[in-house]
Amino acid sequence: MSTILLKNGRLIDPSQQLDRVTNILLKDGVVASLDAQETYADRVIDATGKIVAPGLIDMHVQLREPGWEEDETIASGAAAAIVGGFTSIACIPNTEPPLDSPASIEYVRHKAARADKCNVFVIACASSGRKGEQLSEIGTLVEAGAVGFSDASRAITNPELLRRALEYTQMFDKPVLNRPELIELTHNGVMHDGMVSLVLGLAPIPAAAEDVMAARDICLCETTGGRLHLMSVSSSGTVEILRRAKARGVRTTAEIHPCNFALTDEALREFDPNCKVNPPLRSADHVAACIAGLKDGTIDVISSGHAPRASQKKMHEMTDAPFGMVSLETTLGLTATKLVRPGHLTWSQAIDKLSTTPARILGVPKGTLMVGADADVTIIDPDLPWTVDTSQYASRSSNCPFDGWKLIGKATNVIVGGVVKL
Amino acid sequence: MIELPPELESPPVPWTRRHLLDLESLSAAEITTALDVAQSFKDATRDCKDKLPTLAGVTSVNLFFEDSTRTRTSFSLAARRLGADNIEFSASSSSVSKGETLLDTAKTIESMQIDAMVVRHRSPGAPQMLAKNLDCCVINAGDGPHEHPTQGLLDILTIRQHRGAIAGLTVALVGDIAHSRTARSNIWGLQKLGAHVIVCGPSTLVSKQWEKLGVEVSHDLDDIVARCDVLNLLRIQFERQYTRPFPSVREYALLYAMNRERMEQAKEDILIMAPGPINRGVEVTPEVADGSQSVILHQVNNGLAVRMAALYLVAKAPR
Repeated sequence: MSTILLKNGRLIDPSQQLDRVTNILLKDGVVASLDAQETYADRVIDATGKIVAPGLIDMHVQLREPGWEEDETIASGAAAAIVGGFTSIACIPNTEPPLDSPASIEYVRHKAARADKCNVFVIACASSGRKGEQLSEIGTLVEAGAVGFSDASRAITNPELLRRALEYTQMFDKPVLNRPELIELTHNGVMHDGMVSLVLGLAPIPAAAEDVMAARDICLCETTGGRLHLMSVSSSGTVEILRRAKARGVRTTAEIHPCNFALTDEALREFDPNCKVNPPLRSADHVAACIAGLKDGTIDVISSGHAPRASQKKMHEMTDAPFGMVSLETTLGLTATKLVRPGHLTWSQAIDKLSTTPARILGVPKGTLMVGADADVTIIDPDLPWTVDTSQYASRSSNCPFDGWKLIGKATNVIVGGVVKL
Repeated sequence: MIELPPELESPPVPWTRRHLLDLESLSAAEITTALDVAQSFKDATRDCKDKLPTLAGVTSVNLFFEDSTRTRTSFSLAARRLGADNIEFSASSSSVSKGETLLDTAKTIESMQIDAMVVRHRSPGAPQMLAKNLDCCVINAGDGPHEHPTQGLLDILTIRQHRGAIAGLTVALVGDIAHSRTARSNIWGLQKLGAHVIVCGPSTLVSKQWEKLGVEVSHDLDDIVARCDVLNLLRIQFERQYTRPFPSVREYALLYAMNRERMEQAKEDILIMAPGPINRGVEVTPEVADGSQSVILHQVNNGLAVRMAALYLVAKAPR
């Protein structure tokens, strides 16, 4: 019998539309009461002036293990998640070998359990070997615990395969997550196609490469009635296509990563390989459209898109450096600083996009503090100023252009299954 | 051995840069200084024939990761004309082929007491990265399609020698603007000195976006040729593209090659330039390339003077 009392915090739980100051009692790993008296508890956490939220869920994380342990391991990624305020993460299957077998899913779950940090859910390969040719054994993978299907950062280019995936996953009520990118339009592109790429001479990635694919994916979602989640949305065109699709009732959701609302392509002027991400940092008009999409609900989810790359890989010139940015430890801070503080989102909306909605999309029983729910809680100090210091990262990699940034808002306590992890 | 011209006895103002990475960030005064220094060297050395050992004791290295004939040769000659030691580094015969990073390669070379590094790389930003991470001076000798500042300077110097001033001239850059570092450096430099710049080529290689840099965009060479004081004919960069941006070389030449018929429409004193290497019959026909208005070989000689100036300016700049 272990009890934790969260005292005098501002409970914000979008799943129950709650926003009020109260005492919360956690007991034996579940939420016991949302109106607790100040009774005895094994541990009391004073949450005065802080937000008590259902544990944050990051539905797009690269953990890199197995295969790329120089970038990140399951243990180091899970540790970074806790520092960033996440009680659950979902890893995408761009590992080596890719996560397309029950054994590989078992491996991740086993390693995550041994790390004993946050919950780790597995998004398994949509195609066998992540080759984009034939469906993976989706039924078997669901059995093994997969919560969604994706070929990770590689777009499913074959439209028939995507159609099959959207049809087949319906039997298991699992989402297909796809990266909208038409590779024939991006080729060896390095950055957003705009004035900055024109001046710098860096190979352009046009926004249309995202839009064309997003439109195609949505059409297939609509025809099949499947459940599609667009990963890593970044362009104004895609936001508009999504908005219209949602108005028609298409079962498509979408996510954005913080770098795509916190930075523009101007950041590339210093030729910092840490700003090389895909989708690329776009121009200010796209960023504004994405923020509008976040505001009106067109973009459902904020996920980190955490893409750790060892420093020796990022130490290259722009054309050769790999894409990617570590983000687990800055996602909440950037959301607070760039979206909530300027008034684009309320805290309730932000928490919805960082917890309740990702849980719903992945079909995991999280993202809520209803009585009886798992005691996964993130306590956020919304006014805490802090400085990003990549040298202190729990992540194994530090490829991050936010080093030295001053952010306001940080997780101060993270509780997973009734156990205090931060 | 000849005397140093008096204007070069002390490092000229206003030059404080230890790196020459682009023309975008240079002021008109800095560009003029570079041109003046190049002209002084040229005048003092019988068109860069004589030695002027003002950089004795300085060592420069050519770090070229892309093929080059004239730029590489003229940088190494320029160093020797100034009495500097110059060494060549060839990417293929080096540890780069064993997987060493650019930065490690550069740091290794730098630790051999190198004062200036002349870098060509296919990636935009490679020289900037070295400038940020090394102590020695860095000169950009072409970073992908980004910039090629000494090419821009030598083109502008050539124009200035023939026209006296840049302000008020109409200069057209014709060809593959999208992939051209020469175009970008010329645009910045020429505009800062007051020229009207036209970029001309097929719409796949010259988008309307370029207008935002202040240049005029044209897709019709016949339409602009009569207005131009200078035509700079850029090479089509076949090696940088996937789907060919125009149907055929034949059609490109029909639309954009500077030929005898178009010369008849041009001003009598038009200058025909090409940064080279030229594809004869594609962007320029042989009779125009070798004709009376062609200053292509002047450009090459000016390349030597400009590179002497570049090495001198960065090496003498205060630390």
